[in-house]
Amino acid sequence: MEIGLAHYLILSAILLTLGVFGIFLNRKNVIVILMSIELILLSVNINLVAFSTFLNDMVGQVFTLFILTVAAGEAAIGLAILVVYFRNRGSIAVEDIHHMKG
Amino acid sequence: MVLPEISIALPEIFLAVAAMALLMIGVFRGNGSTGLVSWLAVLSIGVAAVLVLMGSGEAKSGLSDLYRVDAFSNFMKLLALGASALAVIMSMDFNKREKMARFEFPILMLIAVLGMMVMISAYDLMSMYLGIELMSLSLYVTAAFRRDSLRATEAGLKYFVLGALSSGMLLYGASLVYGFTGSTNFGVIADGLSSGRIETGLGLLVGIVFLIAGLAFKVSAVPFHMWTPDVYEGVPTPVTAFFAAAPKVAGMALFIRTFAMPFGDVVAQWQQIIVFISILTMALGAFAAINQKNIKRLMAYSSIGHIGYALVGLAAGTEEGVRGILIYMTLYVIMNIGTFAIILSMRAKEGMVEDINELAGLGKTKPYMAALLAMFMFSLAGIPPLAGFFGKFYVFLAAIDAGLYPLAIIGLVTSAVGAFYYLRIVKVMYFDEPKEGFVPMQRSMGVIMGVCGVITLLFFVYPAPLLSSAAHAASALFN
Repeated sequence: MEIGLAHYLILSAILLTLGVFGIFLNRKNVIVILMSIELILLSVNINLVAFSTFLNDMVGQVFTLFILTVAAGEAAIGLAILVVYFRNRGSIAVEDIHHMKG
Repeated sequence: MVLPEISIALPEIFLAVAAMALLMIGVFRGNGSTGLVSWLAVLSIGVAAVLVLMGSGEAKSGLSDLYRVDAFSNFMKLLALGASALAVIMSMDFNKREKMARFEFPILMLIAVLGMMVMISAYDLMSMYLGIELMSLSLYVTAAFRRDSLRATEAGLKYFVLGALSSGMLLYGASLVYGFTGSTNFGVIADGLSSGRIETGLGLLVGIVFLIAGLAFKVSAVPFHMWTPDVYEGVPTPVTAFFAAAPKVAGMALFIRTFAMPFGDVVAQWQQIIVFISILTMALGAFAAINQKNIKRLMAYSSIGHIGYALVGLAAGTEEGVRGILIYMTLYVIMNIGTFAIILSMRAKEGMVEDINELAGLGKTKPYMAALLAMFMFSLAGIPPLAGFFGKFYVFLAAIDAGLYPLAIIGLVTSAVGAFYYLRIVKVMYFDEPKEGFVPMQRSMGVIMGVCGVITLLFFVYPAPLLSSAAHAASALFN
């Protein structure tokens, strides 16, 4: 069977859905949320690289490199914020993050 | 000759270099230099504004077409720069008193401003993404800047998670747009769509919807507003003042540029979605604010509502609508900065207070401050002849000219509902029994709220400069 563009797009859509569900359904741990965010960004990268090959256009791959770089910075900042939060709260369970409501 | 290719990004390059230089000063001189670094940051923003003004007004793109400078970008950049400079000034005294004065704070704001300027000038999906991330990453850190406060770090965490999710959605949209149009450049996409070379199929439409979702997060439009009240309440007040003004301007500028330029010829594809979002946003801003007790949370819902009104102009999809948004955002920033200068002056003997009931009797204990706050509230509610009325007037006018009568009518109804909670503050100030008064306010706060108040009050006397420059800026997008 030939692997075509559609297969990549479906894979990427599945990964995106998994990532979004991982953020909203998960009640346990914020680390899982950070992993879900990475999953979303990687699904976008699959999309871009697949399109780039399909269109014979390098721009998509350049975009992917930018996303990878920014994602690293984003993860660093996310973990840093998580650490200061943990120092104040003593827990990183998602259900404990409810100080403000309304 | 200074490299003509990069000279169109001169203000941005200057800001980036200035941020690095200030970081050096801060590192070598320690936290004692916070005051110096803050004023230098304000100065750098001022110089950047001068550089923006010095650039020629004609539209040109450069840096491999990633970047575009025109009257529209100049208008929005000046607005974002002005709002950020005032936010830096307002943060100084607060940070010192709350013992969170560290030199990184103004530098982070400077980098966020740099991100906003990249967003405003972005002419390609890549530069758009990089601008958004440069702004957002600095804002996440600023939100959690008060490391020892549970509320601030929780707000930072929520802001980070939802912000990162929105970036992901925006990127997914961008990847689909790239795939189905074959380019990331706004100009190429616009040409392809208007010449019919690119057909508007389902894939492109899904991409546009994801783009809207990502951008709606950044300007906190319903249904992507969930982070706003928590973040506004949790972060230190000067940070709230910053969040409520400049990032909204940049987000709105990007929203307008994306939908007026590359997708300007397929209005029918996205107009319905924007109308829908706009109605929901206006309604939520009006109804959810009614029961709020915390004034920062109230201002969060108020800012959600105002974004809804601004989106009415975008839904019209015309040059007139964009002009309305520009006028609206300018007046919104002025009213908001003034209001936050007052909120930052709500300091009792024990420390800062945020409860609306603490304002009781302010009309007797601090008549000047109470009169200004009452005026800002009337203006935010859109009561003529104050400035806020004109903002609403021009966007609704554009909506009516575009034939969107239901949208304009719903807007009028929700602004009437919204007036209720603004007027409640006036009632608390003038008709409730006085409480213990606030300590005297800082002179800089007094000046800022006074100037914003004068502009709000007297805008109707001489509106021509703003109206004509907004019209000029809007015309840069439509020709």
